[in-house]
Formats: sequence, C-alpha cells, structure tokens
Amino acid sequence: MLSIKNLHAGINGNKILNGINLEVKAGETHAIMGPNGSGKSTLSAVLAGRDIFEVTQGEITFNGKNIFDMSPEQRSREGLFLSFQYPVEIPGVSMVNFMKTAINEHRKYKGLEPLSASDFLKLMRDRKELVEIDAALTNRAVNEGFSGGEKKRNEIFQMAMLEPKLSILDETDSGLDIDALRIVANGVNKLKRPDNATIVITHYQRLLDYIIPDFVHILYNGRIVKTGGKELALELEEKGYDWIKNTEESESNL
Amino acid sequence: MKPTVNISPKEDFINLYLDNLDLITENSSGVLNAVRQSALENFKLLGFPGLKNEKYKYMKVEAFFTGDYEKYFTPKRITFNVDDIFRCDIPSLDTHLALTLNGFYLSNPHPISEFENGVIVGSLAEAAKKYPNVVGKYYNSLSGNDADDGLVALNTAFAQDGVFIYIPKGVRVDKPVQIINLLMSDEQQLVQYRNLIIAEEGSQVEIAICDHTLSPEKFLSNVVTEIFTNGNASIDLVCMQNQHNDTAQFTHIFGQQEKDSKLVTNTISLHGGTIRNNINILLNGEGSESHTYGLSLVDRTQHVDMYSFIEHAKPNCTSFEQYKAILDDQATGAFNGRILVRKDAQKTQAFQSNNNLLLTADARMFTKPQLEIYADDVKCSHGATVGQLDLEAKFYMQSRGISEREAKLLLMFGFAHDVVGHIKIEALRDRIDELVNKRLRGELSRCHNCPMHCY
Repeated sequence: MLSIKNLHAGINGNKILNGINLEVKAGETHAIMGPNGSGKSTLSAVLAGRDIFEVTQGEITFNGKNIFDMSPEQRSREGLFLSFQYPVEIPGVSMVNFMKTAINEHRKYKGLEPLSASDFLKLMRDRKELVEIDAALTNRAVNEGFSGGEKKRNEIFQMAMLEPKLSILDETDSGLDIDALRIVANGVNKLKRPDNATIVITHYQRLLDYIIPDFVHILYNGRIVKTGGKELALELEEKGYDWIKNTEESESNL
Repeated sequence: MKPTVNISPKEDFINLYLDNLDLITENSSGVLNAVRQSALENFKLLGFPGLKNEKYKYMKVEAFFTGDYEKYFTPKRITFNVDDIFRCDIPSLDTHLALTLNGFYLSNPHPISEFENGVIVGSLAEAAKKYPNVVGKYYNSLSGNDADDGLVALNTAFAQDGVFIYIPKGVRVDKPVQIINLLMSDEQQLVQYRNLIIAEEGSQVEIAICDHTLSPEKFLSNVVTEIFTNGNASIDLVCMQNQHNDTAQFTHIFGQQEKDSKLVTNTISLHGGTIRNNINILLNGEGSESHTYGLSLVDRTQHVDMYSFIEHAKPNCTSFEQYKAILDDQATGAFNGRILVRKDAQKTQAFQSNNNLLLTADARMFTKPQLEIYADDVKCSHGATVGQLDLEAKFYMQSRGISEREAKLLLMFGFAHDVVGHIKIEALRDRIDELVNKRLRGELSRCHNCPMHCY
C-alpha cells in the first residue's frame, strides 16, 4: 500500500530525514517511535504533502502511484489520512460545511454523486456514535474553542467519515487523559479493516497498549534504526531513548 | 456650451442650488426646506472634504463630484411596473416593502402607509407634510451637528425625499421593514436623498436597506440616514450595498440612542466602485447598547472606505464594533474607527476590532483604530489586523480532500460569516451568506431576477 524508499527531506536547507525505508501493507498497524527531533512529524507532513518541506531524494508510492505527483487533496482522495498533532482551528467554517465539502470531493473523485443532505446527516450521526464524539461538537466551527481532547477526537471522527486506506496518527495521544485516550484508541480499532492500514506515531508506549502494532520502528536522526514487533516498544519504554542514542553513537564512533 | 472659466466644484454646487431652489423646495416639504439655507451656508464654509481632513485621508472626494452628472429635482416619470424589472429574491422574507427610485419614494400606490398598529412607512417629503411635528422634532437634529463634513451639509441642502419609518411607543413590528433603493437611468446621475427612522419608547423593529443599480450608467449617491432609538427601543438595521462597479456611494448614518436602547447596524458591501460609509453613533442614555458591524468584499480597482464614530456620552453603555474586509486584485480599503468616551461615561464598555484579509500583494488596506477616553472607570479595547489566508488552515482542509480553491473559498467565507452571523433576520442572514458565497466565487451576486448585468 505504502512504500517509502531512501527518503531524504528537510526544511530551509536543514536535513531532517536521512534515508527512510518503510513498507506498509493492507491490514497492518505500524508504530513509529522516537525521541523529540528525530523526524517523526516531518515524515507525516511529507506524506500528507505539506509543501514547506523539501524532499531531496528518494521515492514514495501509495497504491502504486508516485505520491509526489499528487497534491495534498489528491492524496486524501486516494485514501491517505493524517491525524494532526495540532489540529487547526478554522473560525467561521462549520464542521458540517467542512465535512460535507470533503466528503463530496471524495465522492466526486470516485465518480459518485454528492450525498443528499439527509444521507449526509445520517452518516454524521452514525460516525459520531462510532467514535463517541459529543454531538454538540459538530455544530461548531472546525476545532474552534475545542479542548485538546476534543480536537483529537474530532480527528478520529473525520477519519471515520472519510474511511481512509492509510491513516497516519501523528501523536494522537499527546494531551489526552486516560479516558480520552481509550475513546480515541477504541475509535481507531473500530475502524480497522483487513483492507486498510494505520501508522501510529508516538513518543510513549502507552498508546500501544490500546492500539496493538504489528511492527514497531524506532526513528532516530531521520533514519529508522531499529524495527521489531510490539515487544520492542516495551523494551524502549524500559530502557529509554538513551539506549538507542548510545547504541547509535557507539556505532558511529567505530 | 459650458463656460470656459474654471469654476470649482464647490461653486458649481452652490450655483446649482441657487438656480434650482424653487424646484427643490416645491418638490419637497416645509420641514426639509427650513434647514436648507443654513446647510448651504455650512457647505460654503466646509466645501468638499479634502485630503487634509483626517477622516477622508484615503479618498479624493471632490473628484467624484466634478463628473458630469445629471441632477433631477423632480421625480422623473418613468412608466414601468416595478415588479417587471425588479423583484427582491430573498425567499421567505416577508417584509413591509418600500421602494425608492433615484432617491424619490415610489408610491405604490400610496406615498405613505399607516398600519393598524400605528407604524408608518412612506415618503419622507409626504411625512414631513402630514406629520410636521414629528419629522420637525427629529429631522437634521443629528446631522445638523456634524460640523466638519461638507457632504452631510450638501445632502441637507439638496435632499428632497427618501424614506420615513416611524414605530410608535411599545409597538414591536412583526415583520421586517425592507427599503429597496433603486438607481435606474439612461444618463449618469447624482442622487442625494434622506432617510429618517424613529423608534419610540419600548418599540422594536428590524429594517433591511438594499441598494441596487438597475442600469449600467454611472451613479453618484450621497445619502444621509438619521436613526433615533428612544428609551428601551430596539432597532436592527442591515444595509446591503450591491451596486455596479461604476458607481460611487457616500453614506452617512447618524444614530442616537436613549436609555436602555439597542441599535444594531450591519453594513454589507458586496459591490460598488467606490463606497464610503460613515457611521456616527451617540450613546445618549444610560444602559444603551450599540452594535456596529461591517463587511466589505472588494476586488479589481474598487475602494471601500469605512469611518465610524462611537460616542459614549452617558455612563453604563456598551458598544461592540467589528469591521472586516476581504480585498482582492488591486482593491484598496480604509478603516478609521474612533471611540470617544466622555468624562461622565463611567463604566463604559467599548470594544472595536478591524480585521482584513489581503488576497494579493497589490491589494492594500489602511486601518486606524482610535480610542479616546476621558472617564477613568472603563473597559475598552481595540485592535486591527491585516493578513493573508491562514496557510495552516488551508493545508488542513486540503489534507481532507478539499481542493485548494474550495479551501480558500471556505476560509474567506468563514472570515466573512463572522460578520454576517450577527444579522438577526434568519432569511436575510441566509440570503446574504449565499450572496457572499457567490460573490467570493466570482459568480453573479445580485438578486438574480434583475435583467441588467451591470458589471
């Protein structure tokens, strides 16, 4: 589904990603962990098509198509979804208007007619229940005045509405209390299907108690330095990132 | 043949007045005529506002008044059925409708309508004849005090007619009053009319004023509206400006508020070549509340100039002010907002904000928020921003599959809706939202029944 080969990227001439390789297949859940500044958010931003980052080398294919040929909106319509670490507040734009526009653009891309108002509202109701989002939130402007937890829940709600093939959850756990974390993770698990895949980006092992990964990758200095099963996350939790840093530095000193 | 000697536009208008005084007075009424001469004297003194006038720093007013405009002092007899050429296309907006054509009230069929509950809507000239005491008590009592704007004096010298709205004590008007000002002519024309709105104690009314051009000729309008909100009364006024890009429009609103009254004005400038809106609010009674909102959507070489003056003269009053503008292409705009809190106006709360969105590098906005406070126990704030579309928000929407163009439009619409959302009449609010949306999309954004395609 997603194939990243030797990806190098940076911002304003500073290199952040230094040769990432990653394969994600349908039905898989991958976790990407790493200390601050290792390049986790850059990776998700490059995947989503944020143009402030420059890709200097490498290739990414999504559904067999070169991702760099696609605008952010095309990537979304192809089935890529990024749950933002810091969801953006958009005053004056209602959730209903925002989601209706998004859904209908997706439908247009698939050659489908726009949803009728009643079908759309039905879909909203249905998905709100699925991800346990407060009904009142969707009557407001996009993320405006939402608490940290509400914003994250709203990301999962949008994911439920758009039914992506590949979801990238960028630090979805940051700023969540335990209950909110459980609700968000439940939502993600309910949306999991054999034909879709998830990449969970996180600092902490905690989220992986709820969203069980098939693979855990450790990102450090813009490269994946270690890959393992879900037990790798536990090992990392126990030993801390210094373990990775020390291993890396001793290797580079050789 | 025109004389070759250069006569200044000011003298031109003074001569125009003297030459046509008989016609002007004949087609008006005693109350309006009574203040003409002193207004002309004022205009002689003030002339057209120049660039040195701080209020008019960003526009050359005189240049607009040098144009070769026809001026009519009798209503031109145009035989047509209004319904044939114009029908306001605001669905489900059931209103008391009043129309003016080129500044004269259109009797349809009567020059004045008095409803069962005592509400009066009609021609100002007729009202001044029929109710000289009421009209005389209010007419020019606010605008006459404007000692530094020659345009107001000019209007008062020439004004013959316009719309009169009177809401008696305690009456709450069930449906909105809608005034539609139409400009239609086969030659370019200057119009200067007057509106007078009076809400007596404890009354309530919603009013929508829509300005349209129905023919492509150049129009210049200079319009004064006085609004009196007496004790505990409430007026909601929406002004919708939708004229073609060859027009210049100068509007002056004067509002006076008495104890515990509420006055909400919302000016939506959709189209117009040059628009200058002045609003002056006097909070003259304790506990009164004023809301002044404005939205301007400008593109090409349009210019929109906003001036507001909110005067807190009594304690415990509140004022909210919000102006927003979206400027595209080479459009320019200016906002000059002054709040004055007088010495006795303790416990004043006054808030002002002006936010502007520039869509191109060539668009320009000048903004000047001013607070002048002479009381010592007040809560006031003002702020102005000039910026571009939020790129983070745009990317966020794109990442959900929304095209860049749609994302921009949604952002602009959201920015504008902040102002439109204050409109109380739901049908009108929805309609204006729709018009704003179409306007931003560059689609025809006028009542689409109109056969003229003015721009």
